[in-house]
Amino acid sequence: MNDEQNRVDCSSFILHRSSFVNGILLLIALYANANDNTLRWGGDAEGGAPYVEADSNDPAMVHGYDMEVAEELAKGLGRKAQFVQVAFTSIDQSVARGDFDIGMSGVEDTPPRRTALAATIPYFEFHEVLSVRPGDGDRFSTLHDLRGRRVGTLGGTIAYDILLQSQKTGGVDVISYDDDVHPYEDLKNGRLDAVLLDNIIAERSLRRTGGFVIQPQPIATGHYIAVLARENTALRDRVDEILRARMRDGTLERIYRKWNIWDAYQQPFFDRVLAQGAKTAAVAPAVQPRTSQVIVSYIPALLRASVITIVLSCAAMALAIAAGVLIASGRVYGGRILRVPLTMYVEVVRGTPVLLQLFVLYYGLSAVIRLPAFIAALLGLGLNYAAYESEIYRGALEAVPRGQLEAARTLGLTERQVFSLVRGPQAFRLALAPMTNDFVALLKDSSLVSVITVVELTKQTSIFAANIGSWVIPGALCAALYLAMSLPLGRLARSLETRWRAASE
Amino acid sequence: MSAVLRIEGLRLRRGPREILRGVALAVQRGELVALMGLSGGGKTTILRSIVALEPFDDGVIDVDGVVLRPRGGTPKSAMRALRRHVGMVFQLHYLFDHLSVLDNVTLAPLHVAHVTRPDAERRADALLESLGVAHRRRAFPRQLSGGEAQRIAIARAMAMDPPLLLMDEPTASLDPARRFELGETLVKLTADGRTLIVTTHDDDFARDFATRVIILADGEVVEEGDPRSVLTNPQHPATRALLNEKPAN
Repeated sequence: MNDEQNRVDCSSFILHRSSFVNGILLLIALYANANDNTLRWGGDAEGGAPYVEADSNDPAMVHGYDMEVAEELAKGLGRKAQFVQVAFTSIDQSVARGDFDIGMSGVEDTPPRRTALAATIPYFEFHEVLSVRPGDGDRFSTLHDLRGRRVGTLGGTIAYDILLQSQKTGGVDVISYDDDVHPYEDLKNGRLDAVLLDNIIAERSLRRTGGFVIQPQPIATGHYIAVLARENTALRDRVDEILRARMRDGTLERIYRKWNIWDAYQQPFFDRVLAQGAKTAAVAPAVQPRTSQVIVSYIPALLRASVITIVLSCAAMALAIAAGVLIASGRVYGGRILRVPLTMYVEVVRGTPVLLQLFVLYYGLSAVIRLPAFIAALLGLGLNYAAYESEIYRGALEAVPRGQLEAARTLGLTERQVFSLVRGPQAFRLALAPMTNDFVALLKDSSLVSVITVVELTKQTSIFAANIGSWVIPGALCAALYLAMSLPLGRLARSLETRWRAASE
Repeated sequence: MSAVLRIEGLRLRRGPREILRGVALAVQRGELVALMGLSGGGKTTILRSIVALEPFDDGVIDVDGVVLRPRGGTPKSAMRALRRHVGMVFQLHYLFDHLSVLDNVTLAPLHVAHVTRPDAERRADALLESLGVAHRRRAFPRQLSGGEAQRIAIARAMAMDPPLLLMDEPTASLDPARRFELGETLVKLTADGRTLIVTTHDDDFARDFATRVIILADGEVVEEGDPRSVLTNPQHPATRALLNEKPAN
């Protein structure tokens, strides 16, 4: 009986295993096939139309003008286009790693990108334009008018570099975003005074959300390119040929018109590109500063970002401790009416991602209360960690022997004194090690607040890395700074523990 | 006659079990009462009721004029008065682990009686000296032996100078020599009119040091009187059972 069951189990296992192996083989076959006959192109569908976006009729498919350009490239190469989803900020790294053959979807032509990757000729000319609230149309038409004002943009873009340059010379106050939707919402609800971004994005946002005006005078001109891995110059040269041919035969114009992005600038831009030789890029790359100089120039920014990280972490931890003590006390001493909502708070906060909580605090509540980014970050991290701290304190409070509390009561101590003189101090000693642990975790979790525009150490590092096109040095510097913050903390906690242990053993 | 403690009709139930079933007793000033009975007979529960750690269901507890009410209904002012009248030494001592011996003893004088620190420390040192543990004043509870911890727990309770001191099973973890020392110490404490109530399983200890013994069985007082006569010539079957339990010691 038992034997038979075993045999059945074994055979079903073999069956599963063989179908699993088959699946893998099939995938490998598909992949190998893909390498031969398809052009794998990477883009970010989250960036949306008109670049690439998920098709509303079939979200598994994408459409957009970049998608149509990619199809033209594939057709010219005699391959089939295959879309690979990738986060916008990771396009460069992913194409360099070989996740796909070519990256596009609003990829800007910048000198670092040209150095790090094989870049194609530009295929679209855009302008950095200022968007302001309708009432400010007459006041703010240049960056100069926006001195000391909050101007938002997408991080790691040309627009971001322009604003950063202005900030350095005492101009605007730069607020960096991870996406291109929230800057316009924050402009509308008054958190920003202006947004600087590509005209395509500005026009799309105007159609979608509205509530602002686009200033007609462009701040700067830029170009979209496609990028390939640095060693992939042969394919790049073929792509360049196809792009030129499609400029000449009007295919690109047709696509751009279809997506409503054809404007008076495109024809002269095409003419310039076609007039240039096959080898030279349309945009003369600026003089490349040496990498070592770039690194040195970034160090002050990294140190400033470290200050943000440490101040934010300390303040959030202080809030977490204070709120955690209150929650734990309420749950240990309070009646049902207090215990039930506190328990719910702890469960909800622990059971949902802190990222979601930050979004809700900053964007979700902006209709009710418009919290400044730093305050929202502080509240989000602090109130999130308060839930974890409260559990530590609750456990620690309950670990103090009841008999000691009773002894304290018979001596005439009030409940408050029992807490502050007997229970609290002993619970604190028990809680110290897990608290240190949490503080180190909080220090690292503070990097999540970049989603609500606070530029802390990790965000600054990724901006740095994007600019020099490598994570090696920025990553090492960033790690060193985090360690410089967390190691002394661990030491302090250990020495406190040792002192207390020496006293009580 | 001045009764320091008067208990009448004390009843206490825990779930379906009736722990105390109408306990009545009175203790006079200066007595050293040994409260005896088989395990589970309610000895510790009586002590805990007297210091209001255990709410009782019915009856009267009157500590030197402070009256405790059933079901935790004692008013706050009475609770404060009670704390000044009664001290308690727990079987497991329950010293405050994070405080030194000296800080354990001075905690209540400093924070309840609001005595100045020099005064509190002077009195604590005198107490520790008289109990023979002055040399341990800087030590922490975990560094103490059982006997030392017990004497420091006594010093902590005595620091507030309560006229009535309760001790739960002080002889339980002591060897015979230490038991004798403890007896002498307790007799010394009653010399200035202090009253002691001690629960114990040790009839030799009761015979040698108590002025009176009260035998408790099944939640009631079944026999009481001079320890020498009660424990030599027991009248109640429970007392006899208690004395027969002796080999277990």
